[in-house]
Amino acid sequence: MAVGKEIRLKITSIKNTQKITRAMEMVAASKMRRTQERMQATRPYSRKIAQIIKHLAHANPEYKHPFTIERPVNRVGVILISSDRGLCGGLNANLFRLALRRMRGWNAEDKAVTLSTIGQKGTAFFSSIGANVVSQATKLGDRPHLQDIIGVIKTMVDEYSEGKIDELYVLYNEFLNTMTQKPRLVQLLPIRPEDIGEEQKGQWDYIYEPDAKEVLDQLLIRYVESIVFQGLVENNACEQAARMVAMKSASDNAGKLIKELQLIYNKARQAAITQEIAEIVGGAAAV
Amino acid sequence: MAMTIHVDIVSAEAEIYSGLAELVVAPAEMGEVGIAARHAPFLTRLKPGEVRVKVNDQEVHPFFISGGMLEVQPHVVTILADTAVRAKDIDEAAALEAKRRAEEMLSDKSGKIDYALAQAQLAEAVMQLRTLEKYRKGRA
Repeated sequence: MAVGKEIRLKITSIKNTQKITRAMEMVAASKMRRTQERMQATRPYSRKIAQIIKHLAHANPEYKHPFTIERPVNRVGVILISSDRGLCGGLNANLFRLALRRMRGWNAEDKAVTLSTIGQKGTAFFSSIGANVVSQATKLGDRPHLQDIIGVIKTMVDEYSEGKIDELYVLYNEFLNTMTQKPRLVQLLPIRPEDIGEEQKGQWDYIYEPDAKEVLDQLLIRYVESIVFQGLVENNACEQAARMVAMKSASDNAGKLIKELQLIYNKARQAAITQEIAEIVGGAAAV
Repeated sequence: MAMTIHVDIVSAEAEIYSGLAELVVAPAEMGEVGIAARHAPFLTRLKPGEVRVKVNDQEVHPFFISGGMLEVQPHVVTILADTAVRAKDIDEAAALEAKRRAEEMLSDKSGKIDYALAQAQLAEAVMQLRTLEKYRKGRA
């Protein structure tokens, strides 16, 4: 029977697509669990180092590190963390929208913006719109390591130390829960210990070995790294969650489409049969 | 039982150890240090080496770290362990590498950017086709 061949073909093709989206959904779901665990695992370090920074702020160091001194802002640096792959709903688009809005705001205040990107999507997007991207890291995979992003962080911190930028931010997706991810902009430099939390001041200071400058140098860089790394693993968890949700709705839509097409197909087939019978009956009556 | 001090050893990627101990021995930059309870506030860098956490006379946990930081508060010792071998020149090389990648990306407009663009355009075209088809079906 020749009826509805196109419809049948279309149903098959949608079914194939649905298989793919469903597989991607399941893969994303299992990856999400793992990335969430990694997100939890990095928390103790960032919590500890934040605590030390807080202690430091309330100690009375005789030495003030350049990272803690605010200066007039003429140029801004942003480390932008995006995903390497697409097909994760509006995750990256929302992030870029926030980035562009802030960049427009800074431009209006005559502040130049320097970018560093982590993740392929952000790199491609901001290179193509001609933003000033000074360093990048891509293809970090599902298990990123700190050493993969040291280079990116160091270029931005160097820019800060050399006075080429006066403020440094990191932008990533915050993992609220599986259904919601929210782009978040965090100021890295200068470090404002008030942001970290309040604690009563004491008249004490650390014993530094070998001396305050060298110890603080390393500590503050580690602190910046830990926030960026935390952002990266969090963004990773967001990516998997967003992909899972996006692929689930894609599978659901495919199911709906198949149902509709199946209905049309059945109607067409029934119409053809009815017509055939009518023709036979009509023919028999004529004889 | 002797006085104990709380010890936390964490790295950027995981928590390594958390618990009470009598003594913590760590490879500080200017020589090995042993920290017992009520030590004065202390902040130092660590060299690659062995950290020993002595819980009691029978129980000693050794850990190897590839550098990091040590913070001492009167009742807490925190060791922030590095996850990788770090040195000034290695960091420098990583920074240069990240810069090079960005420059490469900017000069090479053909490759992946076009691919991403083409993908977006394809998605748009598919959507257009689908709307068109729905419209046709509605009229038929």
